[in-house]
Formats: sequence, structure tokens, C-alpha cells
Amino acid sequence: MSMINYAAREINCKIVYYGPGLGGKTTNLEHIYGKVKPDTRGKLISLATETERTLFFDFLPVDLGTIRGFNTRFHLYTVPGQVYYNASRKLILKNVDGIVFVADSQLERMEANLESMQNLYDNMAEYGYDLTRMPFVIQYNKRDLPNAAPIGELQAALNPGWEPAEPAKARVIPDPYHSGENLVDQLPSGEWVERVSYFEGVAIRGDGVFDTLKSVSKLVLKALA
Amino acid sequence: MQPGAASWSFDEEDLAAITQTVLRFLAETGAHSSLIVDRSGQLVTTVGQPLAFDPTVFATLTAADFSANDQLARLIGETDFTTLFHQGEKESMYVADVARRLILVVLFDTRTPIGLVRLKLKPVVEELTAHLDRAFTRARESGTTQPNILAGAGDEIDELFNW
Repeated sequence: MSMINYAAREINCKIVYYGPGLGGKTTNLEHIYGKVKPDTRGKLISLATETERTLFFDFLPVDLGTIRGFNTRFHLYTVPGQVYYNASRKLILKNVDGIVFVADSQLERMEANLESMQNLYDNMAEYGYDLTRMPFVIQYNKRDLPNAAPIGELQAALNPGWEPAEPAKARVIPDPYHSGENLVDQLPSGEWVERVSYFEGVAIRGDGVFDTLKSVSKLVLKALA
Repeated sequence: MQPGAASWSFDEEDLAAITQTVLRFLAETGAHSSLIVDRSGQLVTTVGQPLAFDPTVFATLTAADFSANDQLARLIGETDFTTLFHQGEKESMYVADVARRLILVVLFDTRTPIGLVRLKLKPVVEELTAHLDRAFTRARESGTTQPNILAGAGDEIDELFNW
């Protein structure tokens, strides 16, 4: 739930990084924290266990610039990835404006990715949100690992597409981030499908981290416009 | 009050009314500072003495604390806990729900008796609820509280992320 504070001239939005345990959600936030100018971000808060597994959430506020005299302030959260912590995970999703799903590209984590994606849909549905109708992007993390699954396989499993939100969208819409690919496309059967933008990441090196953040933030602001 | 609106906004008038109410409450109780936070953890405003910590972080943790306690309440068969009290050696905080929209955080030291905070809190929460109700009624009647500042800002949004 975005909040526009006219008195403070601020637009506040909430973005949640979701995904399976040890997939790199916290690493995304750590990289952002390390790279943005200190005067445009707050503290990185981690409610983690002694073994540095996220217990409740990580939180990082960042200012991404001014638009029409209003400061755009994004509150970035991660959720605990472990299956066990669903109650906490669900709490963090409340009033969310945009979602980043951080998938672990490793072949052996495919099952965990699918389970987490299903859990995201379910938790969102319980709040009455439709994931397919809101700002949502996917990051395929750990692309540098030798056991990373091909992008095509990950896309087929995690981003297979759905019926376009509006009939007007039933036309080829190219993917601005991958030339030769389309976000909205027609299947051989004649059906139109819409997918979300995806990014390849190596979060530990910072690859793809800002592309992911920029993309979801832009979608969030455009949803307000 | 209609909870669950997709987004909402504050104008100067709303904020002035809220600030006025909270300032009076601080004066009556001797509590030194207060924060108003929305349920998703975004800071609305701070009132009273300047804070020695990052209020944004404080706001987020307050909302998370409140949400976690809501869930605990449900587990024991309550709908929610409308107030929380955290007592420290010198500094304490009292946290109260306002119309399931906002959270009022009151910070006070040992000079302020907790009983006084508790006593004065109820009318303050009612007054804050009335301020919010007015803001929402106005929003409903006029269709929106403010013109959409981002209307037609597509290109400017693209420009903002051009780095």
C-alpha cells in the first residue's frame, strides 16, 4: 500500500523480495546497501538467527530520486525463505506494492523455487491480491554456478505466463530487457500469454541487482500514475 | 473507516490535526516523543522532542511488532491486541492501534507513570480516529483526497530510472 505524504512531500512504497531459502534475497539488499550513496539510504536492518538465516525480515529504505517535487522512498523487505516461517512471511507481504521473486538457478533447487512461488501466490491470494495484476519481476540468481539450469527451463517452470490482464494487451509486447523475446506473446494455439520481466543475477557480485530493483520500482510508480 | 484501500494520502490539514492532538497528549502525560506510523511500517510523522534514532527503522519495526502481536492474539482467540507496552529500565514505549490504519507510539521515561499514559490514551485514540474518518469521508466525497501527482508521469518515471 503506497502512501503519499503531501506534508512531507514523499511517496512511500513497499517492495518485498520473496523466494526460497538461501536464494540470495538478503544478498540483493546487502549489495544495494553497499552501492547506493549513504545519504539516500537508511540502515540495513536484519532480524536474523545466529546463523544469519533471516528470521523475520531484512529491511532497507532507499530514496530513488525526486519526481514532481516528491521524494520517492522505497522500503525494501526480504522474507525468511525457509518453509517453516510462513506466518512471518505472510505478515511481510501485507500492503506490498511490488514483488521481486529471487529464484535459485541451481537445478537441485527447482523444487524449492516452485514451492516458494506457489506459496507466494497462496499468501497473496489470502490477502486478496492477484499477483498477476501487480508489479512483479523475477530474478534468476546464481547464474555463475556450473549447475545453473538453463533460463528456458526456469522460465517454463516459474514464469509460464497467464492470460493478459486486459484485452488491449493481447498484442505482441517485446521484452525491453531481452531482445528477440516478448513479454506478451501468442502461443501456437492462438492463446495470448503475458509474462513478467526477468533478470539474470549473480547477486553476490551485484550482477542484475540494480536492473531488478529499477524494473520493479518503475512498475510500482507506473501503477500509481 | 474503510480499511484496505489500495493507497492513501495525507495532506497538511490532516497532519496538523494529528500533530495537535498528539502534542496535547504529550503535554498532559509528560511523555517526551511520539511517532505515528502506518500499518505497513511507513512513518507518517514524529511529534515532540527530536529522536536520537532513525525513525524510519523504528517505524518498520513497530509495524512488524504490531503485526506479529496481532497474529499472537489470534492464536489465543483474540481478534487483536489494540495496545502493546514495552517497559525498559529508563525508557518505555506504549503502542496503540488507531482505527486499524495507524499506530501511535508513545515514548516516555520514568517520570511519566504508565497509568497516566493508559488513562489519557483512549480519548486520544478516539480523536485520532475522528481525524482519519474525516480524511476518508472527504476522500470518498471528492473521489480522491488529492489530484494524482503521478498522473501522466510515465516519461518522468522512465527518466528517473535512467541511471
